[in-house]
Amino acid sequence: MRYSNLIKIALKALANNKTRALLTMLGIIIGIMSVIVILALGSGAKESIKDQIGTMGSSDMIMIMPYMGQEGGVTQSASNMQSLKREDYESLLNDAKFLKAVSPVVTTGGQAISGSNNTPTTMYGVSPSYLGIRNINVSSGAIFGDDDVSRATKVCLLGRTVADNLFPDGEDPLGKTIRFNSTPMKVVGLLESKGASSVGQDQDDMIIAPFTTVQKRFLAINHLHSIYASTVSEEYTNEAMAEIKEILRRNHKILEGNDDDFQLMSMEEVMGTIDSVTGLLTTLLACIAGISLLVGGIGIMNIMYVSVTERIKEIGLRMSIGAKGIHILIQFLIEAVIISLLGGLIGIILGWAVSAIAGLFLDMNTVIQPSSVIISFAICTLTGIFFGWYPAKKAANLNPIDAIRYE
Amino acid sequence: MNEIIKVDNLCRDFKVGEEVVHALRNITFTINKGEFITIMGASGSGKSTLLNILGCLDVATSGEYYLDGVSVRKMDRNKRATLRNRKIGFVFQSYNLLPKTTAIENVELPLLYNKNITSTQSRQKSIEALTEVGLADRLYHRSNQMSGGQQQRVAIARALVNDPVIILADEATGNLDSRTSYEILALFQKLHKEGKTIIFVTHNPEIASFSGRTMVLKDGRVIHDTPNMKIASAKAVLDTLPVEEEEEDIARHIV
Repeated sequence: MRYSNLIKIALKALANNKTRALLTMLGIIIGIMSVIVILALGSGAKESIKDQIGTMGSSDMIMIMPYMGQEGGVTQSASNMQSLKREDYESLLNDAKFLKAVSPVVTTGGQAISGSNNTPTTMYGVSPSYLGIRNINVSSGAIFGDDDVSRATKVCLLGRTVADNLFPDGEDPLGKTIRFNSTPMKVVGLLESKGASSVGQDQDDMIIAPFTTVQKRFLAINHLHSIYASTVSEEYTNEAMAEIKEILRRNHKILEGNDDDFQLMSMEEVMGTIDSVTGLLTTLLACIAGISLLVGGIGIMNIMYVSVTERIKEIGLRMSIGAKGIHILIQFLIEAVIISLLGGLIGIILGWAVSAIAGLFLDMNTVIQPSSVIISFAICTLTGIFFGWYPAKKAANLNPIDAIRYE
Repeated sequence: MNEIIKVDNLCRDFKVGEEVVHALRNITFTINKGEFITIMGASGSGKSTLLNILGCLDVATSGEYYLDGVSVRKMDRNKRATLRNRKIGFVFQSYNLLPKTTAIENVELPLLYNKNITSTQSRQKSIEALTEVGLADRLYHRSNQMSGGQQQRVAIARALVNDPVIILADEATGNLDSRTSYEILALFQKLHKEGKTIIFVTHNPEIASFSGRTMVLKDGRVIHDTPNMKIASAKAVLDTLPVEEEEEDIARHIV
């Protein structure tokens, strides 16, 4: 027996029953299509969430915050803890090999005033490298220099929202002096708009100033609220975090076995969390789509079963002219596999079209992974074999004497 | 080697519930190359069982059956399938052609299950077989576009295509009107003249007069096995019949 002949026979049998074959395929088409669409939309959603998260800061960003601990029996908020000091910032800046930029952060809320306009906002006291770490660009003017930091000069950069609120008439804020909580600050630059963050926070509602200025002139503190850093490269995140830990523990003279008085969070971890959440969602939806695939498979089994009963006489004839059981088995299996593969192919094409259209309407970049296509094909073949097996086996086990005289 | 079929003390029992039914009891005969033999018997005489065994679809309970010198009794399902494929040509009462399939594809069918035959060879052989049965001009007609007589001719071509040592016809004229029956019988006689060995199983005694030997079964035993000295010619009978409408016209009426 040439197996190419069996394929020919199976194709012929399908061609003789086009409508039935097409209806059988429908289940597989819908199943595969929904799997493809859901996976594409899922990965598209993941991409767009990642883009949003990306506006928070570069993907190699690490945030260092004081550990929210207890002091005298009272649980303190992290910002009240005073464990991060300027010395910590400086030793990270000088000693950490895996960090390419470090910036201290101190924040204070207050009222920004210019002439008759005023707006509540937050002032971030940082070093010049903060902009690079947070992916913030300057649209006009320039970031203050290191000497502004060391002299605690009263200069600032305005976020888009603050600038719009203080200068509603389209006046150029650059070079103007505004007041923040009654302290005059000179505007040396404007920040490029970043829009809302993934949690809906307006990322343009901010003023940036040297951290020394915020520490000395507004808060009168010596500690830092947090330190932002970025690693030399994303893949060194773990090494960088270990290094930061080592330096800070040494600085804080924390004995071995005692807990850190600070905590680290990397962008990578945030991304990882987002990944696992969207991944879980996608998996869940794909499971539902998988169920429709299962139903489609049962449809194949059903039709193949009917088809075997309908063709008992044909099977009897084939056997009496020399077909072995295995030939009959393979013939019916090939029919089932062709139905499911063809259905899968149509499903993939439709799925691709639907997700492209859906992406257009939802304004997101749907991504069809090659892996989902390969998996779909594998599933189709397996579905065909799995659900085609039982009817095919039934056909192969027929007794030719009974089959040929079956009416 | 002149013996195509040698049956020696053959028995076939079936268990029906508690009872054992003896379908064939101690049958012994031989069939030589080039014989045209009719096996007759009423329903229940065991002729179908014998046909199944001769066609290697079934095996005997005891006794030996040699087909072309090979013992069939101990062969398994698959070996017998291959044996059927190479040595036997079946012609059934209800033609058993594949629906919506052309004559040539139907005839090619046995060769598809033979790995030694290429698709070019099988096409070639099928055309030869169809020419042999007088359907050279209907190679690409579908089975549902043909009359009963034509369909049976296709079935005969299918039985010839693998060059079998024996052709087993099971009531091959049972579904046909008398004129077409004579045509088919004439075809069998022609094939016989060309040297084919044919076993024709039927319960119609008239057919026996066209074959060279008649075997009658009753209750699982051979009660008659006689040569026929005066073989009638189916073609001669056909010529005496009034000429009817052309076969195509009949076919059109049926459709």
